[in-house]
Amino acid sequence: MTLSPANEALAAEIISWFPRPRSALIPLLHLAQEQDGYLTDDAMRRVGGLVGATPAEVKGTAGFYEMFRFEPVGTYLVNVCTNISCLLWGGEELLEHACESLEVEVGGTTDDGMFTVEEAECVAACTEAPCLQVNYRYRGRVTPDDFDRLIEDLRAGRTGIAGHGVLARVRQSIPAERLAGVVPPEQAREAPVWLDRNDVEVAS
Amino acid sequence: MTAVEPQATVAIEVDGVAVQARPGEMLIEACERSGTYIPRFCYHSRMSPVGMCRMCLVEVDTGRGFALQPSCMVPVSEGMKVSTESEVTKKAQDGVLEFLLINHPLDCPVCDKGGECPLQDQTMAYGPGETRFVEEKRHFAKPIAISETVYLDRERCILCDRCTRFADEVAGDALIHFMGRGNHTEVNTFPDEPFASYFSGNTVQICPVGALTAAPYRFKARPWDLTETLSTAWVDSVGARVAVQASRNRVLRVLGADADAVNWGWLTDKERFGFEALNSAERLSAPMLRDAAGGGASEWREAGWGEALDRIAGAVGAVPPERVAVLGGARLNNEAQYMWAKLAKGVIGTDNVDAQLGDGLDPAMLLALPRATIDDACRPGGTVVLIGPDPKEELGTLYLRLRHAAINDGVKLVEVTPGATGLSHLAQHSLHPRPGTTAALVNALVAAAAGDGFETGSTGVDRSELEAAAQCLSDADDGVTVVLGRASLAEGAEVVEAAAMELSALPSARFLPALRRGNVIGALQAGLAPELLPGRVGLDGIDGEGPLAGAWPRLPAAAGLDAAGVLRAAARGDIDVLVLVGADPLNDFIDRDLAYRGLRGASLVVAVDLFMNDSSSLAADIVLPAAGPTECDGTFTNLEGRVSPMSRKVTPPGTSRPDWMIAADLAERLEPGSAEGLDSPESIREELARVSEVHASLTEDALNQNPVEGVLLERRGATGEAGGWRRSGRPTMGRSPVGRTEPATGPTGREDPLEEAPEGAFLLVATRTMYDDGTMLRHCESSRNLAPAASARINPADLDATGLNEGAAVRVVSDFGHIEATLAADAGVPAGSLKVHWLAPGAPANPLIAAGTDVTVVKVEAR
Repeated sequence: MTLSPANEALAAEIISWFPRPRSALIPLLHLAQEQDGYLTDDAMRRVGGLVGATPAEVKGTAGFYEMFRFEPVGTYLVNVCTNISCLLWGGEELLEHACESLEVEVGGTTDDGMFTVEEAECVAACTEAPCLQVNYRYRGRVTPDDFDRLIEDLRAGRTGIAGHGVLARVRQSIPAERLAGVVPPEQAREAPVWLDRNDVEVAS
Repeated sequence: MTAVEPQATVAIEVDGVAVQARPGEMLIEACERSGTYIPRFCYHSRMSPVGMCRMCLVEVDTGRGFALQPSCMVPVSEGMKVSTESEVTKKAQDGVLEFLLINHPLDCPVCDKGGECPLQDQTMAYGPGETRFVEEKRHFAKPIAISETVYLDRERCILCDRCTRFADEVAGDALIHFMGRGNHTEVNTFPDEPFASYFSGNTVQICPVGALTAAPYRFKARPWDLTETLSTAWVDSVGARVAVQASRNRVLRVLGADADAVNWGWLTDKERFGFEALNSAERLSAPMLRDAAGGGASEWREAGWGEALDRIAGAVGAVPPERVAVLGGARLNNEAQYMWAKLAKGVIGTDNVDAQLGDGLDPAMLLALPRATIDDACRPGGTVVLIGPDPKEELGTLYLRLRHAAINDGVKLVEVTPGATGLSHLAQHSLHPRPGTTAALVNALVAAAAGDGFETGSTGVDRSELEAAAQCLSDADDGVTVVLGRASLAEGAEVVEAAAMELSALPSARFLPALRRGNVIGALQAGLAPELLPGRVGLDGIDGEGPLAGAWPRLPAAAGLDAAGVLRAAARGDIDVLVLVGADPLNDFIDRDLAYRGLRGASLVVAVDLFMNDSSSLAADIVLPAAGPTECDGTFTNLEGRVSPMSRKVTPPGTSRPDWMIAADLAERLEPGSAEGLDSPESIREELARVSEVHASLTEDALNQNPVEGVLLERRGATGEAGGWRRSGRPTMGRSPVGRTEPATGPTGREDPLEEAPEGAFLLVATRTMYDDGTMLRHCESSRNLAPAASARINPADLDATGLNEGAAVRVVSDFGHIEATLAADAGVPAGSLKVHWLAPGAPANPLIAAGTDVTVVKVEAR
């Protein structure tokens, strides 16, 4: 699936924030991932067309970032940390419990498409071990019982955690006067609006 | 503030030796020029440095003590000290190689690169003998096809970024890219989007390991079994320099050679893999005859050279000279072209000779115009006007040079083409006049640039766009280079010629001919055109004395016909012997019907060629097998007028002979003694240099002194005036150019062709594509399937008016014929035009066109 009409309009706005269309590549990929839960080939083609990059360049750039997915994942992506602090506090057991209770292998997705369970390296929350992330939102000191309640809450929609790929920052609204200015640097003849003109001299 | 004088040189010290480097130059280059080679993988002198591989680490001291720095990323600075052989440097090189080899499979015994592999060589020279890595290496599926011809083995890849950089930076086809990160990084394409670049073969040549291999060479030979000779690519008129490599009398590989003035080491895939056709089993290997007795032609039979040549000489000798015609010859090398010119004009005495098949320009004009080189066109800050074919499709290596100049050297590009080209996105101004109005548009452009009043008339170009482009031309203070050729074969040559004359009125405008056929400039300079003699001398400019008169038994008594004239005369029955020298009029001539009637009308048709083609199958009575470009010695003249050697590397198949030898044999039969002493390419070249002022500088010494760049011939011809083309003042519109028997309508012709045309009609644009159904490509295994299928391309806005959908099977119909194609929407085609590919498989565009018309009106019908 390619971008929806609403997202096409948003994409055009996002592109207008940047001096060069190519700079909008990552935000537009977030938008595409928000729409489909992962990056479809069609969406990457469309995003490439919007910013003037080939599909290979789009996929190459997206592939550098772990959080862009090229295969479908569940609505909720559960990353259980098994690095050293979490390991000592029961992270392995938590992961095992998660897989058993959701009836998936590590890396697998539940049949209803709700949950994907993955093993994560340290997510920098050692004080809260054992910890996990649901769509990159932290939950600390998680016991197997906590986990079951979390899953219940997620199923019931009581957590406020949005589906995989939804990122609030793509939808920020930037007033026109705060935009960086749409002149590419090599064409700039005067200081950009966000710089104090008194302090800067630009060679003509 | 006073301006700082740029320093002439920068003094550095390399391993204790003082070296003068160029300002701004990278250290690795300065060291290499002074004789110290620093090992490298990612660095390539024709691409921007990236510092990926770290192999070129050397110790550098810029006043703060020695420290390891990548020499490909460090510009030279005054007083810099470099140590390329210190213990620290050696340890760094050793460590980098051990690191690069961690994931390298070391499958050298089965790798094509083995024996010429920088990784292998540099590991031997600088690397560790052993590895400490005992873990499992990365594994990938062994070679995956990333395009029709290129295979990628990701296990061997060391991620140097050369191929991906080439695709993005040089070719502009960023279809391969690094995917993933860290240990998972690999080069790959997007799923289902192959590396379909016209230039993909270059990545195979620059790959420093065996990761990229090309189908035509895979597992064919070992590098130590190959012998190599420097030669010139023959498929287009850029004349890219190549190294032809062969083993056991068979050409196996062609690599780009780095000629600074021409191709910078790059080749198109057609130049690189075109040799495959020469190895085809379908090559002609013996003279073939068929007797036309009793109405229908009989079966082909092989014959000896003596019988075939006797028969031709007998037929030619029995008729008056003006009933003999020779078409083609642009495929030949300079020496063979001169011999054929001498045979036709000096021995037989006919002037009915034309190397162009109605798809070129008036040779007298072309040779009289002030010429530019590729370097002139690409001069930093210069301005280029493109009135001609899409360089990306027809002259690939020129496209790479122009693209580089537009991106990196601030060259401004103004396009005057019938539609978008591969350079459009880089052009400052793209003007797309309606077919037939190119001259009118250029007239307006030149007037506007001079500050005079102008009318855009029926050109369909917006007034303000034209004013902006004119401003660009008048701002060009140090001259304009015009890349001049036939953008659309459906637009008459007269239109382009008139446009060229308009532009020649611009002060200091110079011209780079963009004719496509291999050695076409060589052919015109050797005299393979009506009313021209070798050395750009007009037939009327010769007085019966001088070196040419001494070397030639006779000269044509009267001016002859061009290709269209010859075919018309043949169709009327006025030509008895028609010789096709590497020509296929049925497919190459702009008017298929006329070509057919002409071939049928001649009583004896002789074809001298590498293959049987459609024309010779139809009409030839005698077919002579010729040696191919890698099978005979000679020289090639490129579109700049640069002469470079073509070298014999293998023997021709069967009894095939070099073209010069065939001409010399015929000349001896017709006029004993006329080819005396002309028994080698060198002796022919010597006579050519003697009789032609233009070729006077073409000596063996000059060729030997410039083995890579070649010899640039005199730029201005002696004919300046002979063809009647004068630079001063405006040309006379509608005059009949030389050699044309039936003058067509004036250049601007009908004011608005569509006004007379029926509703829903389009103006035809016929352009060539890189791959088509040409004879050579048909026999080229790797590119046979790359020719795009026939399509009728119209502007998306016109699609509704046709009432048809994109992809519909349609018939394109003109007053003269029709072709079948698939309808396609193409935003690069202006509204009101319809573009077809010239020689799509099974659907050549020339049935639609009649010779002598400036504009072709077509309709689209569902079928």
